[in-house]
Amino acid sequence: MKARIFVTLKGGVLDPQGRAIQHALEGLGFAGVNDVRAGKLIELDLADGTSDDDIDAMCRKLLANTVIENYRIEKVA
Amino acid sequence: MKSAVIVFPGSNCDRDLAVAFEAATGAKPTMVWHRDTDLPDDIDLIGVPGGFSYGDYLRSGAMAARSPVMQAVARAADRGAFVLGICNGFQVLTESGLLPGALLRNAGGHFVCRDVALTVENAQSAFTSRYVAGEAIRFPVAHHDGNYFADEATLDRLEGEGRVALRYAESVNGSARNIAGILNDAGNVLGMMPHPERVIEPAHGATDGQRLFQGIVAGLMARA
Repeated sequence: MKARIFVTLKGGVLDPQGRAIQHALEGLGFAGVNDVRAGKLIELDLADGTSDDDIDAMCRKLLANTVIENYRIEKVA
Repeated sequence: MKSAVIVFPGSNCDRDLAVAFEAATGAKPTMVWHRDTDLPDDIDLIGVPGGFSYGDYLRSGAMAARSPVMQAVARAADRGAFVLGICNGFQVLTESGLLPGALLRNAGGHFVCRDVALTVENAQSAFTSRYVAGEAIRFPVAHHDGNYFADEATLDRLEGEGRVALRYAESVNGSARNIAGILNDAGNVLGMMPHPERVIEPAHGATDGQRLFQGIVAGLMARA
């Protein structure tokens, strides 16, 4: 079983990396890029039967810092 | 007076911190490896040094905060031992929950490595007792992730409880309310981005950091 964890910065949290990417896109001549937010994708290869609670605990305890980040779990069959 | 300096893979200010502890306490600190699960029961002072623990993987300080030794540091802090986290050590303390908030990438996106002007906000803590409230001092900084963040309610609480120990007196990294260092609610844990251990001898070019370590020692003596 695989799970994909998407970790993103919360709304009010400044993202200098996203801003740098936005400027680089503008530099390449792409118009209309209003904002860029960069996040992380973490892929987990899990033993079958790993519970949703366990995956959620992994996110809360290590993969995301919930002071500044949100996470979303996507299970892949 | 017993002190210890925690060493993670990737720590690089551990030796400087040990020198500062020894100069202030008169005894060599124990260097404690991140895999150790215990600290001496009667430990008085623990340093969490700067560097790039675990290569800053995942988030700065995230892996170190979950290492076995940090459980022992949390227990010692609970017992009242003084804990000083500098730079990466501050990141480790926020990641481990010993201090509130988080340290984000610097607002300008650049690594900042220079001396910065600071204001001592609270001179009541042991760490800052040898300074005067409002005093202007200079410590070096060297970090990429020093932009202190916490929600408004937490920031208000920190300010209201006098837990902002040090503030930048110039624009450095985008920190909320220019916060450079904060205390826990009991006042025995200090996390700060600037490096006091790099300004403790005339040969360093400045000695503003010396009094921080002397203050800790005075605080410990007052307890004994």
